[in-house]
Amino acid sequence: MNEILRKKRLAQGITLFEVKNELIAAKAKPGQFVIIRLKEKSERIPLTLQDFNPEKGVINIVFQVVGKSTKELDQLNEGDKIKDIAGPLGRPTEIENFGTVICVGGGVGTPEIYPVARGLKNSGNYVISIIGARSKEFMIMEEEMKAVSDELHITTDDGSYGKKGFVTDALKELINNNKKIDRVFAVGPVVMMQAVSETTRPYKIKTLVSLNPIMLDGTGMCGVCRVEIGGKTKFACVDGPEFDGHLVNYELLSKRLNTYLKEEKEAVELFEKTCKEGCNG
Amino acid sequence: MAKKIIPHKIPMKEQPPERRIKNFDEVPYGYTEEEAIQEAKRCLQCKKATCIDGCPVEIDIPGFIEAIAQGDFRSAIKRLKEKNVLPAVCGRVCPQEEQCENFCALNKKYEPVGIGRLERFIADWEARQGPAPLPKIPEKTGKKVAVIGAGPGGLTVAGDLIQLGHSVTIFEALHRPGGVLVYGIPEFRLPKAIVYREVDYLIRCGVELKLNFVVGKTATIDQLLEEFDAVYIGTGAGLPWFMNIPGENLNGVYSANEYLTRSNLMKAYLFPEYDTPIVKGKQVAVIGGGNVAMDCARTALRLGADEVRIVYRRSKKEMPARNEEIHHAEEEGIIFEFLTLPVKYIGDENNWVRKMECIRMKLGEPDASGRRRPVPIEGSNFTLPVDTVICAIGQSPNPLIPQTTPDLKVAKWGNIEVDPRTGKTSKKRCWAGGDVVRGGATVILAMGDARIAARSIDEYLRTGVW
Repeated sequence: MNEILRKKRLAQGITLFEVKNELIAAKAKPGQFVIIRLKEKSERIPLTLQDFNPEKGVINIVFQVVGKSTKELDQLNEGDKIKDIAGPLGRPTEIENFGTVICVGGGVGTPEIYPVARGLKNSGNYVISIIGARSKEFMIMEEEMKAVSDELHITTDDGSYGKKGFVTDALKELINNNKKIDRVFAVGPVVMMQAVSETTRPYKIKTLVSLNPIMLDGTGMCGVCRVEIGGKTKFACVDGPEFDGHLVNYELLSKRLNTYLKEEKEAVELFEKTCKEGCNG
Repeated sequence: MAKKIIPHKIPMKEQPPERRIKNFDEVPYGYTEEEAIQEAKRCLQCKKATCIDGCPVEIDIPGFIEAIAQGDFRSAIKRLKEKNVLPAVCGRVCPQEEQCENFCALNKKYEPVGIGRLERFIADWEARQGPAPLPKIPEKTGKKVAVIGAGPGGLTVAGDLIQLGHSVTIFEALHRPGGVLVYGIPEFRLPKAIVYREVDYLIRCGVELKLNFVVGKTATIDQLLEEFDAVYIGTGAGLPWFMNIPGENLNGVYSANEYLTRSNLMKAYLFPEYDTPIVKGKQVAVIGGGNVAMDCARTALRLGADEVRIVYRRSKKEMPARNEEIHHAEEEGIIFEFLTLPVKYIGDENNWVRKMECIRMKLGEPDASGRRRPVPIEGSNFTLPVDTVICAIGQSPNPLIPQTTPDLKVAKWGNIEVDPRTGKTSKKRCWAGGDVVRGGATVILAMGDARIAARSIDEYLRTGVW
């Protein structure tokens, strides 16, 4: 259990693990996440599932290397084990035949939107996907997204691949082409999800976003993942992580995500110092 | 011949306040063998032992105390463990003053026998002798029981049923067993090694433990019932309450559950050796007057706060915390703001809490709980500077199981309904007890519920009659 069967570098600083866990693989649905704890002194971190296969008994997780925990996680290799994985957590994405849907994935959000797009495609929707990245080298999951989408649009901030611009530029264009869009799903950085929601708001297109606040237990016990939805406090771990993008207080989400900025920096510095000493010795 | 009565409990030595507020080590040291024997000799060995009536798990109190008095510690622990699988825990965290000690015959005129202290002593004595000898376990019945939640209730059910020959598997959502004993109660009040020792004992008895298993998510109750003959739900009260006042989502405002889980389960007090961070506030306000509020306040102090306030809307008399906890908090310099209610939190531009606005209260007519209802004094608003706020006003049961078990009857606040005589829920082959039934109560009441349910489960497994 929890053995890493496959490690794949999707882009600089973005890694995919295929992990053995029959229990979670059997129950997982698009939009759900797991909480992992790497080893004895590690913190618990939430990671959205990129894929799951009940027959093979495996789940896929994708993470971006940002802090100490993800740096440490990235040092694991095939055959290594993750100490604890709990899940699948959160409410699954509501999937049915809505008609025409747009799935927007930004950066490390693309792997998370992938099972949603696939589920929507399998339910008979016309799936238009937009995936964006800073530049070509950070573009990930293109082949996979192509396979589950009727149309795939690609944007990069610097224009090194696909269309130059943001995912919202492509989204605006699609909406302006007068195609009837029944629903939009967006996963990515907070600013991106906010921009997508602002883009669809004037058109009253129902837009769902997957929020990524700080979590601890992930089962509704601690309440650190409080988010404000339409002025009401919700726990993202049990009430979400998916919410109506037009009702989310993004500013609060961003600021709460900064709670432990100072501690995270301290942990990374200490980690790099120890690592350097270790590597030299 | 009348025995000479020693009016007071033999004192239990403890870390002095000025030293202990700088560490997370346990506060009381516990009795030495001589002290324990002396205290045990205070027991009158009443023929009709009313103390037992005050014990939710019906420990033979005069029995184990007599054995201590005779220096026969081996028999004492054996007597105790017949009824209590977690004596080292209960000796530390039970509200003895309301239970056994309240009913002690000495209590009418003198201090009662220190039953809790003696329970703790004998459990710790056993631990020092090496791994506890295992009880004789009867032949397997072939029946399988799933216990959901490795807290005090779940551990008690597991201990009782494994000793009756049933197979028991405990499913725990977190990565450590112990439930509130591990995530909630701080190290300085209940060292975690004690909890793990008790869990280890159960595992050596044959109990299976599955961690990281979130029932309701990883599997539903109905799926467990396909494999197991009976299910005990002891998932506790894991949904924290907030007051729904402005500013509660500011950074630095915690639920007690989060604050304590970070510090206790994740060992954030050892950051950065452990990865989980916690805000080490300098001016801390803890909202609430229960044991959990005391735990939060004393934790904040140990994390380096300059000033820690307990903000409680009623007066000292109505505080639900144990006297011992209030006493320890006072000794350590916690400031009590009685008859005070927060009305809003004020933050800075980065969403960090900086001030709290409060209103003073006065006591009015008694409410449903029999305590005088606090009413706001208009115009008495004032502000306090704070950089950390911990909301310890209570919690209700976690909804994950009721949400995924449609035929399980729940009452207001999401508490599971049970027959109090058996612990049976509305769903066949499912029992429940502890905080998931009662809302926020105590460790020992959860263990009492568990004992009742274990009896009923065993009867069902033997007879097949629901």
